[in-house]
Amino acid sequence: MDFSKDTVHEDIRQAVRDLCAKFPDEYWMKHDQSQEFPWEFYNAIVEAGWLGLTVPTEYGGGGLGVTEAAIVEQEIAASGAGMNGCSAVHIGIFGFEPIIKYGSEDLKQRFLPRLVSGDLHVSFAVTEPDAGTDTTNLSTFARKVDGGWLVSGKKVWITKAQEAERLILLARTTPRDQVAKKTDGLTLFFAPMDRERVTVRPIPKMGRNAVDTNELFIDDLFVPDEDVIGEVGKGFKTILAGLNAERVISANAAIGIGRAALRRATNYAKERVVFGRPIGKNQGIAFPLAEALIKLDAADLMCQQAAWLIDNGYPAGRQANAAKFLAAEAGFFAADAALSVHGGYGYSKEYHIERYFREARLMRIAPISQEMVLNYVAEHVLGLPRSY
Amino acid sequence: MNIVVLVKQVPDTETERKLDPADSTVDRAASDGVINELDEYAIEEALRLKEKHGGEVTILTVGPEQATDSIRKALSMGADKAVHVCDDALAGSDALQTAYAIAQTLGTLEYDLVILGSESTDARTGVVGAALAEYLGLPQLTLANKVDVDGTSVKIQRQTDDGYQVVEATLPAVISVVEKINEPRYPSFKLIMAAKKKPVTKLSIAEAGIDADKVGLANATTQVVDFAPAPPRTAGTVVKDEGNGGVLIADFLASKKFV
Ligand SMILES: Cc1cc2nc3c(=O)[nH]c(=O)nc-3n(C[C@H](O)[C@H](O)[C@H](O)COP(=O)(O)OP(=O)(O)OC[C@H]3O[C@@H](n4cnc5c(N)ncnc54)[C@H](O)[C@@H]3O)c2cc1C
Ligand SMILES: Cc1cc2nc3c(=O)[nH]c(=O)nc-3n(C[C@H](O)[C@H](O)[C@H](O)COP(=O)(O)OP(=O)(O)OC[C@H]3O[C@@H](n4cnc5c(N)ncnc54)[C@H](O)[C@@H]3O)c2cc1C
Repeated sequence: MDFSKDTVHEDIRQAVRDLCAKFPDEYWMKHDQSQEFPWEFYNAIVEAGWLGLTVPTEYGGGGLGVTEAAIVEQEIAASGAGMNGCSAVHIGIFGFEPIIKYGSEDLKQRFLPRLVSGDLHVSFAVTEPDAGTDTTNLSTFARKVDGGWLVSGKKVWITKAQEAERLILLARTTPRDQVAKKTDGLTLFFAPMDRERVTVRPIPKMGRNAVDTNELFIDDLFVPDEDVIGEVGKGFKTILAGLNAERVISANAAIGIGRAALRRATNYAKERVVFGRPIGKNQGIAFPLAEALIKLDAADLMCQQAAWLIDNGYPAGRQANAAKFLAAEAGFFAADAALSVHGGYGYSKEYHIERYFREARLMRIAPISQEMVLNYVAEHVLGLPRSY
Repeated sequence: MNIVVLVKQVPDTETERKLDPADSTVDRAASDGVINELDEYAIEEALRLKEKHGGEVTILTVGPEQATDSIRKALSMGADKAVHVCDDALAGSDALQTAYAIAQTLGTLEYDLVILGSESTDARTGVVGAALAEYLGLPQLTLANKVDVDGTSVKIQRQTDDGYQVVEATLPAVISVVEKINEPRYPSFKLIMAAKKKPVTKLSIAEAGIDADKVGLANATTQVVDFAPAPPRTAGTVVKDEGNGGVLIADFLASKKFV
């Protein structure tokens, strides 16, 4: 075990912190309310070279791992940018794992350098209205035609589809009743976003409103053969490539929101005076904040372990799921405690806590729900019988 | 064109800064060290001049071990290499001694321009640039908010209270900058990674040609006799408007030399 200071990690943390300092809470409140994509922030992140952090250096990327991507996202969230900041850049920082691990050389050459330069916007299109968490039950279907595939179906909760030029899209290529295993017969596509063929409808939602999330209606969308990621029929395996890492990185975003909430609440508890003394003097106020810090730090350690395992090529399902679970709970606990500390003002927009609260809540549902994390641990770690 | 940028590590102005009661020097352990803010503008200007005219940018820091963090940041902004004069004998040196130490170290380097911030956020003497130019026998161009190099000469705009003066000198020269000059860049990801491999030469005072009798707290030319925390803010002056409010406000501002 080695917890000594890593200067590169410290420098990454500081550089992202300095960059984010130019985008204060007011910037994020404004964009959350107007539902405008935070382009200035996005461009600043591109300019400083943070996209493509995990893309191999031969394609112009940073060649780093989950550990570093996680640091970047935690810092972005902790600056007060929260999920609006993270989701704006997330796929650019980390989201191309299926292509990096399983994509053809041609796909990598065509797209990885563009990811780094920031002009390629992509959505991750897996979730469907009638399948939800039960991914293998999805019904979007890709029919083989000359030179490619014709995709039809519905997707829901697809983030950044307004900006996207491509979709990392999972579809069935063999009906579920014709495959031996239900995870077979799915194929992953790097589908061009042909807006003649894909209708995009934004979903009004509780929070993280600077970044759009949408319903997609796909009608005979053509995807050429060369835009299939990995093997036809093995899309489920291909998509698993990045899922553990994804969990760890979004866990870091949750921790970041918690840290932002805790920072504001701590300052407020020192300054706000009622009953003739700062409210932070009351243990009823101080203890939840201390507990929030402890929970965030514990989740952070779990994240670091999971990231280390992934970066060093070890299995990390147990740790990555635990990290996601702990971080989502810790982030939400901190945001909720911060709300109480702010009393009535916590309920107002002005103090930003309500925005953190709404975003922290999201992290208990997505990218995977807490329940499905528990299902994984019960079944795959404890060996309990599957309940569904 | 080779440029040396002088970079000082100072206590972070965002945190509580303290003096050490034992010897009245800055308590560097009490807060995080960061690059003196104006030095970031100096680095930025050097990088811009390099982009235009070619050459190398060298960071020169006189300071304790922990200043390596600030040196790394300067390299992450894009400087090519660094020289770090680090020696216990330097502890407690005042502005004049620091200028002397820098001048001696510069004697071991090749340069056309020396750029520094016009003052530091900790001591705020603002004299290092002038003292350095004197030691080196070079022209000094202070408070620059614009720098242009043309062949062997350099022209700056020297910021004044009501405008600017144009000052010109031949190279080599010493330039101090103000924050109006530019907008410092962030260390980019690629440069952070590249900074790890950039050379940092660490020098003892002997290696830098610095005479031990001329530096350090014991030989300082200035002395901090006493210090006290700034008094808490007092209640403001309330001006009651009985028809002559405007006059009273003008008088108040005049008494504070604002108008
Ligand atoms: C803001 C936002 C952005 C998103 N962005 C994307 C995106 O870009 N791309 C994408 O593909 N998806 C995205 N999602 C979708 C997200 O991944 C899903 O919402 C999530 O995986 C849950 O699926 P569902 O909403 O269909 O829930 P359902 O599957 O309907 O589940 C409902 C509830 O039942 C629970 N449940 C279901 N089955 C079980 C079981 N067997 N045992 C215990 N509990 C169970 C679930 O945990 C959940 O709490 C996003 C969602 C949100 C809210
Ligand atoms: C939507 C909304 C509508 C409202 N409508 C009205 C209205 O119509 N009329 C009206 O008069 N008010 C109204 N309020 C105000 C509301 O009653 C106050 O917000 C509430 O009483 C808390 O006061 P505060 O916000 O000043 O919190 P503070 O007094 O600042 O307290 C902040 C936190 O410190 C805690 N705290 C303070 N002192 C102690 C202590 N000694 N020990 C332990 N903990 C302590 C509090 O529990 C709280 O969690 C409204 C508030 C909201 C959010």
